[in-house]
Amino acid sequence: MESARLTAKELDEESSAWLCRLGAGDGERRAAERELHARLVRIALAEVRRRSASTPVTGPELDDVAHQAADDAMFAILAKLGDFRGESRFITWAYRFVILEVSAKLGRHYWRSPPVALDAGQWERLPDRFGIDPARHAEAAGMLAEVRRVVDEELTAHQRRVFTAIVVDEIPLDALAARLGLRRNAVYKVIFDARRKIRRALVANGYLEEPGLEQR
Amino acid sequence: MSKLERLERFLRTDPRDVGCDEAMAILHAYADLVAAGEDAAGRYPGVAAHLAACGPCGEDFNGLLLAVGDG
Repeated sequence: MESARLTAKELDEESSAWLCRLGAGDGERRAAERELHARLVRIALAEVRRRSASTPVTGPELDDVAHQAADDAMFAILAKLGDFRGESRFITWAYRFVILEVSAKLGRHYWRSPPVALDAGQWERLPDRFGIDPARHAEAAGMLAEVRRVVDEELTAHQRRVFTAIVVDEIPLDALAARLGLRRNAVYKVIFDARRKIRRALVANGYLEEPGLEQR
Repeated sequence: MSKLERLERFLRTDPRDVGCDEAMAILHAYADLVAAGEDAAGRYPGVAAHLAACGPCGEDFNGLLLAVGDG
């Protein structure tokens, strides 16, 4: 695992100061917590705005998501302070929590007003999904038909459902993970395996020529 | 550009890809290396491969990098 190669560096001055203040007596600790929380809120608000085009959540609800993400990140940071090993600056480690909270919360909120239903299976939109010019749809039809054949005949029911939701219907991966009660990594693994299986079939049937990275 | 290049690229998998869990576990270290102009992809090729292939993790990385730059 690449994470095993992480090495704790000597802490930089700012990181040391954060740890010192967050571990200090009541007054100083509370001041440090307030300062950190204010930073988390600022980062969360910026992050939800950056992602606003790709979520149906809007307006005050988006700000609520940011504040909830900052609160939950703050709680997790304080609970895991002892896990900080100095692999990065402290503030980068802390910001990771709030960014991941924003991701997870927006994924869950997607289903309040989803633009497409789960299991819609909009296969007719697949050419647009891959930016294929309408004038060339006929040329691409054979390859896309093979993709669908593999999905229908060679993927398991679970793989087929996940692939269709993510790739065909463009449901965000985090939203699907939240809906199915799965971790992001589990959904990604399904898609990864499906991509490999489909590619092998396309190569075997002459639609693709070169072996690609999977053969290395 | 091939008319099907996006589909071909999407189907191409990288065996170095470490997956979401491992990439997210060291995202902070990776982001600091990138922010410092160091060769993060050379040091963590599996994370780089994952961030290039996984939209949500790539978005998280972009957000973290912006946050770090913002102070």
